[in-house]
Amino acid sequence: MALLEVQNLVIDIPTDAGVLHAVSGISFSLERGETLAIVGESGSGKSLTSLALMDLLPRRAQRKADRIAFDGTDLQSISASGMRKLRGNRMAMIFQEPMTSLNPSYTIGNQLMEALTCHRRVPAKEARDRAIHLLEKVGITAADKRMGQYPHQLSGGLRQRVMIAMALMCGPDLIIADEPTTALDVTIQAQILHLIADLQKEFGMAVILITHDLGVVARVADKVGVMYAGRLVETGSARDVFKDPRHPYTRGLLECIPVPGRTQPGMPLGAIRGQVPNLIGKLEGCAFRNRCDFAAGECAGTIPLAAPTPAHDVRCVRLPALEATA
Amino acid sequence: MLAFTLRRLVVALSVALTVSLIAFVLLHLSGDLATSIAGPEASPAQVAQVRQEYGLDRPLTVQYLDWLWRAVHLDFGNSFYFRTTVASIIAERMPVTMTLGAISLMISLVIAVPLGIIAAVFKGTLIDRLALTFCVLGQAIPTFCLGLGLIIVFAVNLRWLPVSGTAGWMNYILPSVALGWYAVPAVMRLSRNGMLEVLSADYIRTARAKGLSPAVVVLKHALRNAIIPVVALAAVQFGFMLGGSIVVEAVFSMHGVGHLAWEAIARNDFPVVQAVVLILAAIYITLTFVADVINALLDPRMRVA
Repeated sequence: MALLEVQNLVIDIPTDAGVLHAVSGISFSLERGETLAIVGESGSGKSLTSLALMDLLPRRAQRKADRIAFDGTDLQSISASGMRKLRGNRMAMIFQEPMTSLNPSYTIGNQLMEALTCHRRVPAKEARDRAIHLLEKVGITAADKRMGQYPHQLSGGLRQRVMIAMALMCGPDLIIADEPTTALDVTIQAQILHLIADLQKEFGMAVILITHDLGVVARVADKVGVMYAGRLVETGSARDVFKDPRHPYTRGLLECIPVPGRTQPGMPLGAIRGQVPNLIGKLEGCAFRNRCDFAAGECAGTIPLAAPTPAHDVRCVRLPALEATA
Repeated sequence: MLAFTLRRLVVALSVALTVSLIAFVLLHLSGDLATSIAGPEASPAQVAQVRQEYGLDRPLTVQYLDWLWRAVHLDFGNSFYFRTTVASIIAERMPVTMTLGAISLMISLVIAVPLGIIAAVFKGTLIDRLALTFCVLGQAIPTFCLGLGLIIVFAVNLRWLPVSGTAGWMNYILPSVALGWYAVPAVMRLSRNGMLEVLSADYIRTARAKGLSPAVVVLKHALRNAIIPVVALAAVQFGFMLGGSIVVEAVFSMHGVGHLAWEAIARNDFPVVQAVVLILAAIYITLTFVADVINALLDPRMRVA
């Protein structure tokens, strides 16, 4: 049984101008110990998807799905207190803003220990020992001293390490990392990602990594889902998606990043023309067609899943024509 | 924390000095003191005698330093009207005003802070709108109206509480409600806004992501940050209550400092006016200092500033 199963997840946000279809029917599943990377531009709905899994969406956003199941438990019929028992305990989250994600008024130690003690009746000493142990695990030196410090006394990279340690406090089965490195310096970004990958191997957790950094994905992900305008346009193993990208959007994205061996020095990198469409109102056809070089009349109709291989799904009606010319 | 406290203390003392200087200068700008003391029918010789007796012939700086030195030792001279020292009059009146102010502040905080939190948590619902309506009504009723209304209902008609005076603790209930009411709208609004701002903060989302219960999220993670501006406001409001208790003291015939100030101004009793101004200012400055220290205790980031 899959650890996480999502079928046809929809997130609608009512606005003054009409309903914003932030996520329109995405499905994926995740096994224990696996890493799924969800990539896409800002506004593609990837962060909302992660919040929807934790049931932490803003109040006005509406979540619908045919099924959202975590380890066999249906998250749509679970009570609020049942969801609280899972949150932070068996599924934890790392956010993208380490600077503001810790409470400025409480010490690091207080906030770390609380993550454990709110789920388990353990002596304070045990919670403290675990917090110190995990701070050391995430590469924080003088962990004992850090426990008594306040968030404003720590750099962004250190705060994100604290957030990761906090997510690990209860030994979760799933960690959702929502652009964990976006707010950090480039050198720190790599460290944090390696850290997450190492910890995952050590603790055997499943990880959902939300990012727009394809370079990262290529290194750490088992599976990749490419999101565009609230839909998953291509899903597959990281290997398949990178070696053999099929959707025009995925190809466009991959042309935007330099790849050693493929990109020649001095050669211009690609760029995808146009802009992400407005998601308010009724959406029909392929959302990428106004930016796609291969668009045709049929792209305005419904787009079924084209499955070239069982594990590699692409949503593109032009696929057969495209692959014939290639 | 110690360095922060000391720095704030230096600021507080310099503000106090400035206020004392202003109080002293203003009084001397208000006309020739010797003439006022001696009275309108006094002869020039009598005025000159008064001037010498009260030390008003000395240079202003000397007079100021002398006055300040004595004020620091709580010696404010003698009242022109009551034939006794200013210090003893104020000492006699102060407990009434302080008790009234403290109870009023407590009443307003106990009503306003929970109301603000509830309104924020249930933002946009009927509860929130009722709380805001309650607030607007509160602001619309002047203190003396509320005071008189309370007297009519609870003292005259129901006979539950005394009409006026300062005989026992029962006498303080109605005036404290009347005076405390005045601070409720401001404190409630600030608590509500502070809470709303904090509730949308990222660290609140983190707290929820940990699986904490809504009560812990609001009362531990949100309240402590939301209450910071309220502490500063409460200190200022307490100052206003001490100064603004004149009306309430008049309505309920309570002989506090507010009442004294009003009498002293009417009787040209300068030493009393000067002392009341100085003492109220000193209390105000102390309150602000205390609020700063409490804020620093609540918010570790402020300890550096």
